[in-house]
Amino acid sequence: MNGTPWWRDRRVLPWLLQAAVGLAVLVLVALLMTNLVRNLSAAGLLLSWRWLGQPAGFDLSETLLPFDASMPYGRALLAGLLNTLRVIVIALLGSSLLGALVGMAAFSRNGLLRGLARVYVEVVRNVPLLLQLLFWYFLVFLALPDGRAALQLPGLVLAKSGLYLAGFAGGSWQGPQLLNGSWQAPLQLSVEFGALLTGLITYIGAFIAEVVRGGIASVPRGQWEAAGSLGLHGVATLRHIVVPQALRVIVPGLTNQYISLAKASSLALACGFTDLYSVAETTLNQTGRAVEVVLVLLAAYLAIDLLISAAMNGLNRLVQVRER
Amino acid sequence: MRFAGKLRRQGWVRVSLLRRLKTAAPLALLLAACGCASDSGGGVSSVRMAAIRSHGQLICGVDGQVSGFSSVAANGRYQGFDVEVCRAVAAALLGSGEKVEFRNVTATQRFPAVASGEIDLLSRNSTVTLGRDAPGGNAMSFAPVVFHDGVGVMVPLASGITSLAGLGGKPICLLSGATTEQALTDGLRRINRRYVPLKFSTIDEMFGAYQQGRCVAVSIDRSALAAQRTTFAVPAAHQILPAVLSKEPLAPATIESDPAWADAVRWIVYALFEAEEQGITQANVAAKLAEAKANPKLAERRRFLGVEGNLGSQLGLGDDFVVKVISAVGNYGEIYRRNVGEASPLNIARGPNRLWKEGGLLFAPPFR
Repeated sequence: MNGTPWWRDRRVLPWLLQAAVGLAVLVLVALLMTNLVRNLSAAGLLLSWRWLGQPAGFDLSETLLPFDASMPYGRALLAGLLNTLRVIVIALLGSSLLGALVGMAAFSRNGLLRGLARVYVEVVRNVPLLLQLLFWYFLVFLALPDGRAALQLPGLVLAKSGLYLAGFAGGSWQGPQLLNGSWQAPLQLSVEFGALLTGLITYIGAFIAEVVRGGIASVPRGQWEAAGSLGLHGVATLRHIVVPQALRVIVPGLTNQYISLAKASSLALACGFTDLYSVAETTLNQTGRAVEVVLVLLAAYLAIDLLISAAMNGLNRLVQVRER
Repeated sequence: MRFAGKLRRQGWVRVSLLRRLKTAAPLALLLAACGCASDSGGGVSSVRMAAIRSHGQLICGVDGQVSGFSSVAANGRYQGFDVEVCRAVAAALLGSGEKVEFRNVTATQRFPAVASGEIDLLSRNSTVTLGRDAPGGNAMSFAPVVFHDGVGVMVPLASGITSLAGLGGKPICLLSGATTEQALTDGLRRINRRYVPLKFSTIDEMFGAYQQGRCVAVSIDRSALAAQRTTFAVPAAHQILPAVLSKEPLAPATIESDPAWADAVRWIVYALFEAEEQGITQANVAAKLAEAKANPKLAERRRFLGVEGNLGSQLGLGDDFVVKVISAVGNYGEIYRRNVGEASPLNIARGPNRLWKEGGLLFAPPFR
């Protein structure tokens, strides 16, 4: 009892170590911050946020928030953030769906389907995303014909001037219509948005497919055979036996992919879409407040990723097997 | 016991590192002192110039994608108007126009790259504005304007658009983070028109989208429009609208905290103007120098070329810096003609970029 000195006490030592590490981190952060503030004030550039309220003087296209050039920088950044969130949410749903389908196709008894899934994953995940975005924008979407020659599918028209979707307008279901040589539809998206969305969904979808494939492969062969011997068919086996067990493995991997999706959305400028990064770049150039604008960007992407992370951790707790 | 041994070992490492640092510190001080002493600009102290001399190369930030201003030739050599300004400064400082390391910087990177010291000189068709010059803004130090430009708009002839009013509600391709964006918005707001901005981060992407027909117009400095049009399959199918939306005086820039370096760059640019005014060219500079040496009555030219007086040393350069600059790149008129004037595919008229004597805006204060 009295033979153990405090520095070898297992109840004290971990706390001391934690405190020491915490202190070191605090000192480092304080050092970096004072250094930043000292250098900035030496250069006459103390942090200031007054520019947020000044009129932006530039226009934005396809914002969810009404915006024009006389509105302040703060609102421009907010409009950019909403555009970024719109891309992230839709791409997140799209890539999950695509990834799940392709991941399951890897276990198909149809060889062609299996091969296609393999080729898609290997091609897409091994080419840089920036190149893929340029490919989708310049070689696919901008190569679309316009006017009467536009690509017409049921409820959807793809043209160089934009993507036109059917939807409810004025209480009735309406498809895209050609009026005076230009298309009109209840739902319109720009080709920039379309190219960015397609690029992100196919890219992240390939990684998610691999996560899903790995999750399904982690379920022992015996489980499939047991389900078969109980008389369950393919889809029922997946739904009741395999997927619930695979989710435990899939969800942590998905979190990573969703987070990298959020970060990858900042490449939007490559295909001309106005996202948060694009607005911040113009703001930085016009105001010269490089440090402040970059801090805003850092905070915004960090907040988005932490939010995704928190939501996915919640989901993870739900799908884990509760052992009794 | 083992734990204690480990601690002692770490302690030993720490002591030996400290000891090494102690021996290194005086050496570093000595080296720094040598660096100052070897600065040839007797009495002129410039951290940046000393750094360039010890590096042996001028690090110059350029765009790298605007033909006529800065682009990479088939043989891998940088060429263009902005590039030759870099070479002129390198020639004055290091004696050779070849001692330049070019770095491509984007519109957004350029000022932070200067402020952080990553590049010594920015020569990338940058517009002088109050916000960029002021210590509370980008805190740049601008050299004299080397190219007087203005934002313009280019449309395909087939579009039938002949004035700004025709652009209302139409998509226009723009460069993100350039002054053109604000100039175009202001210009169209004046006549109560709005437009749909499509922003890109590089000139190539912007003109790529324009050529694919995504936007009915593309807007940037008129010089860049003229430059890029030469690379189109059918340049004559595109028209630059007569409207000039803004003043865009383009000038090289350096860091504001080093006034001696900014002065040197400023007078190297003035020397290009002055040489044209005095009729000194790359071809005749040697003859003009010999003439000045032989004839003491040519006082103005003798001071300019460094035969008498110490104008160059006052800047921290050699007294003969003008001779080195002109031998390397020629005078302003030659640089203009070769890269963007009648001897180039761009063929932009001199316009406001003529000498003051010929009705232009280029003017060098006296070399005295």
